[in-house]
Amino acid sequence: MAQVRLEDIQKTYPNGFKAIHGVDVDIADGEFIVLVGPSGCGKSTLLRMIAGLESVTEGTITIGERRVNDLEPADRDIAMVFQNYALYPHMNVFDNMAYGLKIRGLPKSEIQDRVKKAADILELTDDQLVRKPRQLSGGQRQRVAMGRAIVREPSVFLFDEPLSNLDAKLRVQMRLEIKRLQERLGITSVYVTHDQVEAMTLGHRLVVLNGGVVEQLGTPIELYEHPASLFVAGFIGSPAMNFAKAKITEDGGSVELDGGAAFNLPEGMYTSHANRNVTLGIRPEDLILTDTGDDIKNLTTTLAEHLGADTLVHGHFGTDQTDMTIRLSGTQYIKPGDPLPLRVSPEKIHLFDPQSEKRLV
Amino acid sequence: MIENRPIITLISHITLILGVMIIAFPIWVTFVAATHDAVRMVQVPLPLWPGNHFFDNLKQAMVRGIAGGGDLGVGMMLLNSLAMAMMIAVGKIAISLLSAFAIVYFKFPFRMGFFWLIFITLMLPVEVRIIPTFEVVANLNMLNTYWGLSIPLIASATATFMFRQTFLTIPDELLEAARIDGAGPMRFFKDILLPMSRTNIAALFVILFIYGWNQYLWPLLVTTEQDMYTVVMAIKQMLETAEQAPEWNIIMMTTLLAMMPPVLVVIFMQKLFVKGLTETEK
Repeated sequence: MAQVRLEDIQKTYPNGFKAIHGVDVDIADGEFIVLVGPSGCGKSTLLRMIAGLESVTEGTITIGERRVNDLEPADRDIAMVFQNYALYPHMNVFDNMAYGLKIRGLPKSEIQDRVKKAADILELTDDQLVRKPRQLSGGQRQRVAMGRAIVREPSVFLFDEPLSNLDAKLRVQMRLEIKRLQERLGITSVYVTHDQVEAMTLGHRLVVLNGGVVEQLGTPIELYEHPASLFVAGFIGSPAMNFAKAKITEDGGSVELDGGAAFNLPEGMYTSHANRNVTLGIRPEDLILTDTGDDIKNLTTTLAEHLGADTLVHGHFGTDQTDMTIRLSGTQYIKPGDPLPLRVSPEKIHLFDPQSEKRLV
Repeated sequence: MIENRPIITLISHITLILGVMIIAFPIWVTFVAATHDAVRMVQVPLPLWPGNHFFDNLKQAMVRGIAGGGDLGVGMMLLNSLAMAMMIAVGKIAISLLSAFAIVYFKFPFRMGFFWLIFITLMLPVEVRIIPTFEVVANLNMLNTYWGLSIPLIASATATFMFRQTFLTIPDELLEAARIDGAGPMRFFKDILLPMSRTNIAALFVILFIYGWNQYLWPLLVTTEQDMYTVVMAIKQMLETAEQAPEWNIIMMTTLLAMMPPVLVVIFMQKLFVKGLTETEK
């Protein structure tokens, strides 16, 4: 077990493309960190650099107390689970899990014990241990891939989008299993995904990457409640946060949409930003259906989507044509064109600078 | 395709049977000729049904040979052919595996240059470079040795290319997983690549064994001693009998014997052979 420290990590490919622009992350012992971002953001590259499969152009990677920049993957005390599992097709499940241990020269009896133990944890039967990978289902292959990581008893687990080849139902199930496994073994883990639900549910902390830069690092709730930038605000949460062009009023007490609808802001928080053009962000679930109170705004609805547990209503405020999505719980029968009385509490309003795309306060 | 049209079935069967007869008839004639004695073979018309001298002829061919072929039997020549074919097939596969491994998995200067250099040798079969190659083999004192028979034929662009294509289909993650497991390059080669190319190796072995076995021109050049002759060149020499009539029964028996090993290789390895040429699942 160990902490992992990334200091000013940069990666430039031989063709001059710069994939990672200086990343600093401190991962505590036993922590589950998720690297999340859209495809091409450099999250897999970063993980592969920790694994030692990509060279580090600049910066230092420390695992435990050791600088590992120039160590071979096998000497870094890590184990990795690949997206396509990367099981050796000609070896049976037992040999797949035992291969790394055999190379290390462990005695046969210990290999046997470790594989048995891992198989028990992952609920792989003796019957499955002698099968070839192609005779297993996707979920079972995934388990074997994790088993191969577990038997090594590494300091750090690395997961490279391990669930993206599974169907939706199995993905939810395996997600839970990975979470349980990590809590049980308490091994420091770094997990790469593009799926924000996976990221939110699995990680103790999330690193949101965009274009090779860390946009924000924090717990899932921090990211959800205080997104540091427009990118994080739009990336975390589903359906995505609503954005609209707006302006803070002269007294700094409210924010006004183009069409005239105004939302109250927390008192005193934005007085220094009075009269400023901003991008307003409101989460679909923060707009609450109500008919009491003096700060009700009427939404002109255009469309309603029924999901069963929720109803997603689309519409706009006043003459402002920006489409807003509102998530109402339960099934609500709403006719297009109906006005919908809504309010939002001032502290749920997110304001961003339109140029720098950073959060204002 | 499942169809039930008796006429078409009949026609296609007739076509197939005709095809088989055209291919099989010469082999049948060879077999029949190998079962008669020398006297019957010089009379007209040629026999079309087997006689009863098969084992006499077999013994004579294996032990004594015939006048034109010297005093050695075909037995020794079969061994020579076998040694040469095996050395060529195994050598070609070993060298091609290693060079494909180097080209696919290692980064070194002029990597593609080397690949194309290997590829260009496709245009230089033995027949084209026969004089310089003979010179080299002669200077190395390899005339009348198994090494001289096989080494000049071992380099193979085709096999290198085929293994390169096979290796390219193996996902990179397997290499990475092996690296994390601590396998060095040769370990990866031995534990992962070799078993995964098993069927390709078998298919190539069949093709290359037959290629080696059927070599005629090169053995003719580098062997001058009787005990290094291969069976394929011996057949030709049996025909040169000066004043005597060729002993057709013995020649045909030798031909039969020369045909057997390739046939056996194909029969015993056909399952792997087909798999190696068609299987795509990795």
